[in-house]
Amino acid sequence: MDPRIVTAGVAVIGVPAVLIGYILGVEWLLRLAPERRQARIRPWLWILPAILLLGFFLVYPTIATAVRSLQDKTAAANFIGLANYQYFFSSDATLVALRNSFIWLVLLTAFVVGGGILTAVLFDRVRYEPVAKSLLFLPLAISFVGAGVIWKFMFDYQLAGHPQIGTLNGILQGIGQPPAAFLLNPPGNTVWLILVGAWIWTGFAMVILSAALKGISPELLEAARVDGANELQVFRAITLPLLMPTIAVVATTMIITALKAFDVVYVMGNGAFDTDVLALDMYHQLFDFGQPGRAAAVATVLVVLIIPVMILNVRRFQAQEAIR
Amino acid sequence: MTAQATASSVTVRAGRRFGSLRRIGLHLSIVLILVIWLLPTMGMLVNSFRPAADVSRTGWWTVFSPLASFTLDNYVHVFNQSGLGNAFLNSLFITIPATIIPVTIAAFAAYAFAWMKFPGRNLLFVAVVGLLVVPLQATIVPILNVFRTVGITGSGSGIAQTFPFLSVWLAHTGYGLPFAIYLLRNYMGGLPREVFESASIDGAGAATAFFRLALPMSVPALAALTIFQFLFVWNDLFVAIVYIGAVNGPKLPLTATLANLTNSLGGDWQYLMAAAFISMALPLVVFFAFQRYFVRGITGGAVKG
Repeated sequence: MDPRIVTAGVAVIGVPAVLIGYILGVEWLLRLAPERRQARIRPWLWILPAILLLGFFLVYPTIATAVRSLQDKTAAANFIGLANYQYFFSSDATLVALRNSFIWLVLLTAFVVGGGILTAVLFDRVRYEPVAKSLLFLPLAISFVGAGVIWKFMFDYQLAGHPQIGTLNGILQGIGQPPAAFLLNPPGNTVWLILVGAWIWTGFAMVILSAALKGISPELLEAARVDGANELQVFRAITLPLLMPTIAVVATTMIITALKAFDVVYVMGNGAFDTDVLALDMYHQLFDFGQPGRAAAVATVLVVLIIPVMILNVRRFQAQEAIR
Repeated sequence: MTAQATASSVTVRAGRRFGSLRRIGLHLSIVLILVIWLLPTMGMLVNSFRPAADVSRTGWWTVFSPLASFTLDNYVHVFNQSGLGNAFLNSLFITIPATIIPVTIAAFAAYAFAWMKFPGRNLLFVAVVGLLVVPLQATIVPILNVFRTVGITGSGSGIAQTFPFLSVWLAHTGYGLPFAIYLLRNYMGGLPREVFESASIDGAGAATAFFRLALPMSVPALAALTIFQFLFVWNDLFVAIVYIGAVNGPKLPLTATLANLTNSLGGDWQYLMAAAFISMALPLVVFFAFQRYFVRGITGGAVKG
């Protein structure tokens, strides 16, 4: 029998059975304890599986990675101080990755937030809004690998004089321009990759901003129009300020997405021609160069960059809870 | 008075004419945006059905001429030669448990966070919110060490032979939990208190209240989360190539297989396009069938990293 059929059986029947069995077992065991102690122990047993998994997959390894970043590449993992960070901030390759990650952070956030606002506001004014929304949102449902393949073909480049089969160079040829090697020339190639990211994520920003837009009272906008404000003034004086909290949410999400950018760069050239980014450099250090210490240092830099966003999120959550 | 009225009606009419021009401009810009958004996928879809000789010589837009020919050979080729059929099954075997496990475990935890009182409850939940943004990159070095020692990576022997995807099931569970707990706890916390109080007075235990009340009442949130996690795992590349290994071809899911093909197939665009479309077919079906839930999952968890 194909071992995968066994796997499938375990996956679909066994796993849920074990999980539900766990909770029923917990409740059965608790019945043996006195009632007051039951209420005290029960919550911990209900969250235990989650706590164990969160501890093992997120808390422990993040701390262990910070420690690992102070050690050399050997299995013995000897402490070498800050040498891995020294390498990080002095090697040309990692500095290019750092620079590109910052370009991603700034441009992806700008493109996605800008595009999200524009499309949310435009689509809001037409009756076929649902259709327009789902078409713009579509790229988010497919994998970033798939998106990378699609766009690698968009950017396909053949030497001048050969037939251009890539869509963009086909257009250039159609209007009598020489073909462009989009993905070969830094730093412009990173911008083209970021546009692929924007193609994927704009729908996300649009959906969230659109929900916020619908929450703005129409009377407020109408009042401003009656007072003689034109559409642009209404947008700048009323809509935009009211959208600000939502824009902040989308922007922080995009900052994290940009810092973790991996798939698109991996598929569209694997970081060649100076398109490397931090997340991909970390992968190369670990799997191609056999440098777990340096990889851990890159990862720790990523975590440090993300910590402000984490604090911001926690504060925002606490503010939400306070008014619940 | 009359002059004033005439003047204002003229302005209104001029405004309306200007307005209808603006309406046309509005429709045109929306159509332009949508065309730009769909063009890349169109090109891929068209080329995946064209013969190899055509794809390398002419652009996909030439198919609108009557001489264009179409074929299914590219799909047959990638299924037979590139292991896409096997990869499709792998994706299913990875995605189904990696969706069921985190959703179930998160539902237990979310119920406890929402309806049970215990010391440190708020602090623990704030920690979950903080964990939402931890980059996966920061976790793989130590976890890989443990997985290698236990022998459950893609190249491992022993239990990895029977359950080749155990490592990715567990990893996706761990990584998916913060978002899953966050989403479900917020939803369950909003359920009416009276329902649980009266159930408790009627003598219902925690398990009964959870399975009979909390779960059925949380179906919208559970559906949103399930679809979100399903698409997230199905579309994942990073976890798969890290814990299974980019070199373990026969055990890889569609995304990783497709990424490998971009290197090995290089300029054979017609095969690459067919493979890309196979990897997108299921997410597209899921997306169109459950769009409402998917969007709700996205908007509900805007802080997920």
